[in-house]
Amino acid sequence: MAKIIVVTSGKGGVGKTTTSAAIATGLALRGFKTVVIDFDVGLRNVDLIMGCERRVVFDFINVINGDANLHQALIKDKRVEQLFILATSQTRDKDALTQDGVGRVFAELGPQFDYIVCDSPAGIERGAHLAMYFADEAVVVANAEVSSVRDADRMIGLLTSKSLHAEQGQPMPQHLLLTRYDAERVERGEMLKVEDVQDILAVPLLGVIPECPSVLQASNVGMPVILDEKSPAGRAYREAVGRLLGEETEISIPRAGKRGFIDRLLRRTA
Amino acid sequence: MSLLSLFRRPTGGTATAARERLQILLAHERASLSGADFLPQLQRELLDVIRKYVQVDDERVQVKLDSDQNFSVLEVNIELPAASEHRSAR
Ligand SMILES: Nc1ncnc2c1ncn2[C@@H]1O[C@H](COP(=O)(O)OP(=O)(O)OP(=O)(O)O)[C@@H](O)[C@H]1O
Ligand SMILES: [Mg+2]
Repeated sequence: MAKIIVVTSGKGGVGKTTTSAAIATGLALRGFKTVVIDFDVGLRNVDLIMGCERRVVFDFINVINGDANLHQALIKDKRVEQLFILATSQTRDKDALTQDGVGRVFAELGPQFDYIVCDSPAGIERGAHLAMYFADEAVVVANAEVSSVRDADRMIGLLTSKSLHAEQGQPMPQHLLLTRYDAERVERGEMLKVEDVQDILAVPLLGVIPECPSVLQASNVGMPVILDEKSPAGRAYREAVGRLLGEETEISIPRAGKRGFIDRLLRRTA
Repeated sequence: MSLLSLFRRPTGGTATAARERLQILLAHERASLSGADFLPQLQRELLDVIRKYVQVDDERVQVKLDSDQNFSVLEVNIELPAASEHRSAR
């Protein structure tokens, strides 16, 4: 049976979709048959980040409604073997996702896949709830910033009380992934440190993804950033995937680059 | 600005304030979201049990939940009447 991983955060725009695409691709690169599912009904972004937006004919909602079967809706990635995408629809119908429907799709995907990665929408409404309800494990994405940390804490609380695992009294492993980490701002005392966020949230750290222009560039061309060999963010995601699979590698925390005297002078007076 | 300050790393940025505010806020939110809703009921039931043995007023029982990062403490304070009243109550 596939392991279901939810990527969630509470707060919007912290990097969930970037992370879902990266983790799903990373797992497939390791040889695991993986599908990434877009739970952000109405907005639909996973297909864009994965670069398959023009191949979407049927989606997750069509499958739930019985308008298409899974086989028709699953999009096979063109770059990575074993990687599939289940896009969502742009419907504005808030009730398109049902617990029953999502459960049925998971039951059908389960025997065919090793991993199911769920890209949660922001907030704590229905879409976010259903993205995490059936999960076996959670990746909580946060930025080193007050409102993101507060929302992450709220999500951690919900995962430990409102997920199926929690209801059945089973453990709900959670990982903290700090993204968009700007080492220079941390060094200047403007942003929370990794240790601070980790202390406050008390969930094991999966990795720290640096703020990095390559993420935007990758999204421009529809390529998960983890496939970018040179990108520091891509590298951090590859390491995080390893840890998700149980590798005990040391977490590298991005450091601010060494600045010259002139550079510092300019910054200080600017 | 002195020339020396160009070499010194600035300390005490706003991140410290962020950390402290979060620690206080989340301690409260965790307590109120996770359990405070059962406290009134707990207080009523405790009173019922205690009254089987001793006569106490409602205000003599206080139930409080305190949480910090690592653990929560459920504090129950029961003020018993003086020993003489106690015996006559039975
Ligand atoms: N490590 C990073 N470095 C630079 N930019 C990043 C990084 N991670 C994400 N971004 C950018 O931040 C924006 C939001 O990212 P993303 O869409 O992954 O967030 P999200 O949590 O899925 O948002 P939403 O809540 O709207 O679904 C995007 O423009 C993305 O390119
Ligand atoms: Mg998203």
